[in-house]
Amino acid sequence: MLTVDKLTKVYKTGDKALTDVSFTVPKGQVVGLIGPSGAGKSTLIRCVNRLVEPTEGTVRLNDLDITRLRAGELRRARRRIGMIFQEYALVERLTVMENVLSGRLGYVPFWRSFTRRFPGEDIAKAFRLLDRVGLSAHADKRADALSGGQRQRVGIARALEQDPELLLVDEPTASLDPKTSRQIMRLIVEICRESGLPAIINIHDVVLAQQFADRIIGLQAGRVVFDGPATGLTEAVLTQIYGEEDWTAMRQAAAEDEAAEAEQRDEAKKMMRAL
Amino acid sequence: MTDTAAPVSPGVSPGPYPTRWKRPPQMIKSRFWRYALAIGALVWLVLALGTIEVNWQRVMVGMERGQRFIAGFLQPDFTTRWRDISTGLIESLTMTLTSTVVGVLISIPIGIGAARNVAPGWIYAICRGIIAVSRALQEIIVAIFFVALFGFGAFAGFLTLTFATIGFIGKLLAEDIEDIDESQAEAIRATGASWFQLINYAIQPQVMPRLIGLSLYRLDINFRESAVIGIVGAGGIGATLNTALNRYEYDSAGAVLLIIIAIVMISEYSSGYLRRWVQ
Amino acid sequence: MSVIDIPAAERPVWHHRTPLGRLAIYAGWLGLVALFVWCWNIMTERTMWVFVYDAPHAAADLASRAWPPRWSYMDRLWQPLWDTINIATLGTLLGIVLAVPLAFLAASNTTPSRMILRPVALFCIVASRSINSLIWALLLVSILGPGILAGILAIGFRSVGFIGKLLYEAIEETDIAQIEAITATGATKAQILNYGIVPQVLPSFYGISVFRWDINIRESAILGLVGAGGIGAQLQASLNVLAWPQVTLIILVILATVVVSEWVSARVRHAII
Repeated sequence: MLTVDKLTKVYKTGDKALTDVSFTVPKGQVVGLIGPSGAGKSTLIRCVNRLVEPTEGTVRLNDLDITRLRAGELRRARRRIGMIFQEYALVERLTVMENVLSGRLGYVPFWRSFTRRFPGEDIAKAFRLLDRVGLSAHADKRADALSGGQRQRVGIARALEQDPELLLVDEPTASLDPKTSRQIMRLIVEICRESGLPAIINIHDVVLAQQFADRIIGLQAGRVVFDGPATGLTEAVLTQIYGEEDWTAMRQAAAEDEAAEAEQRDEAKKMMRAL
Repeated sequence: MTDTAAPVSPGVSPGPYPTRWKRPPQMIKSRFWRYALAIGALVWLVLALGTIEVNWQRVMVGMERGQRFIAGFLQPDFTTRWRDISTGLIESLTMTLTSTVVGVLISIPIGIGAARNVAPGWIYAICRGIIAVSRALQEIIVAIFFVALFGFGAFAGFLTLTFATIGFIGKLLAEDIEDIDESQAEAIRATGASWFQLINYAIQPQVMPRLIGLSLYRLDINFRESAVIGIVGAGGIGATLNTALNRYEYDSAGAVLLIIIAIVMISEYSSGYLRRWVQ
Repeated sequence: MSVIDIPAAERPVWHHRTPLGRLAIYAGWLGLVALFVWCWNIMTERTMWVFVYDAPHAAADLASRAWPPRWSYMDRLWQPLWDTINIATLGTLLGIVLAVPLAFLAASNTTPSRMILRPVALFCIVASRSINSLIWALLLVSILGPGILAGILAIGFRSVGFIGKLLYEAIEETDIAQIEAITATGATKAQILNYGIVPQVLPSFYGISVFRWDINIRESAILGLVGAGGIGAQLQASLNVLAWPQVTLIILVILATVVVSEWVSARVRHAII
């Protein structure tokens, strides 16, 4: 369980990125964090594992106050928090396997990671995760040889390799096409459901958020302006978060995309059966 | 939910997946060549280290000198030899500036001639030849010849640096011209412009900032080189340094070195600043 | 007939730059010319023009004495050539060993202490860069005595600055997202370095090293002039006795070595990157 209480972040420049943000994520819940760019979504997610130092407030993960930890303790806390990044953030010149294994860095001593001699169960786990995200054939390829969707799958495997108790997901679909975006979102949500993993997914695409998240938190200029089930996102709420926009048209377009994709899937199934 | 996937939860048994993984070799795929290269490198290292002959007695004597040099470097003496130092410095600085200006002026036509997209074949061959010769010959070797021909002093140094500048600027300028945006050149050609107008309107605006940047960079290099070619008699601060070291006057040598470092630092920062301002 | 007719009075006069801007540019060029003339006068103050006017004649004379090269002298050049290559390669290795830690201390994103170690590392890099390997050799020969060791150290000390500078710039240009991702897994500083930064800078590191090795081959060929071993010593000896045909041969050998090393370095860099 993650508890964020009165979190405030003021950057050195004086920009106030977050103001009094409070919420609780129970086990197994997938939270979609929406808001226009500059609303502080990315800062909020990074305050949770302290890639960005919060100015005030507390973040507690299962009764551990992350904001008070010193460097060594913070590292041990970080390994329990998996993170999936915008633009994948894989180490491009390492192999897929090394990227997945890098999720174990917090658990192994330096000499093991330096010589790439990870414990057997870590390696088996990495192979299983690669299988789970559908990339078992690509383990020895270099990360920069993969396509966007494949790279994000490696990113997911890396985060899961950490045995996380919480998943932080930062704009996972930012550079993917609509179809791959949905596949990636579906994969993340499925995995969270399978293991009761709580997740905060920071996403600018409202329609995707509604489709996949149990709960939506809307940020606007660093403040929580909406917190409720996805069905509660009415036109008025969205307008409050994003300003005027033709929401109906956007939803329709997305629904058409989805329908087309479903149709394709059916077609493919039919063909498979025919064969 | 998919039923094919194994449940993902912490601490699950490894299952049928492999527990060993080795990073595949990245550069040299063949095992034979990897070992052959490693052994070859080792053999070479042993042989090469074996050729080093150290006369420890000489080193012991030298250590004392080294200490004196470090002391001289920490407590440089600018005053005793100030006349020599200032003459050498002025020679170096004037040599640097004049050789860069003349070198750049000569290298512009050569650079244009060595660009495949604007020069006819035979001119291209000649200009590339000039550049290759200038680049292949060491400054020091060129300086030796110019000193032999023109006598000791700054003029030989000036010619050396000019010659080296031609190769450096000529090559980079030619590459820049070859890299220009062809569509702009095409647009100018389409207006019926002559060859000179083409150079003036399509090439010059695109390469001018780079040319100024390169010239400033070369100014920097020429100063550093001017400190070296003095050793073989081509004037400048290198001659002063050489004299000081030959007389074992390490405090004066330390002063010269500090001046060289200071000027290089200043010129590097200011030329970096100027280049940013120009571009 | 122009396509667009504008009455003469309203026709705008087009200038490339504003009058003041043009004036400033002219003044700048004029200043440069004046500076050049002034410097030229100072520089040539002590020039003996007799020698300069005599130069074509001297050149013809020199050429006639230097050609043909004395091929039989080649037997005595193999050993110095081997030494030259060793000086360059061992010197490059020494430079790499010293430059890598310095580069990590000097890069603003990896330095452990921004106030003390970083300026010190930057100063070492600049000092090494400002002093040409020949000057390093001059110093070291006067300390260690003539020989290969002085040459190796000279090449090494000069390479530190070159490799250090390019490497720390490469470290500073690494992609932050990749480093952030490794940090987020709970990795230690050493692991972040090993997984996040090193893979990103490795290709430029190889490129820089091979490039420097190529330069070092050129430089080590002349170090012998001041007594630091290699083929330059033979050059110095031949120059001292005015044995021009030998000088010609040595320069041809140096040229060939330079061409080969440039080819090797280009091939290796191409293969790596």
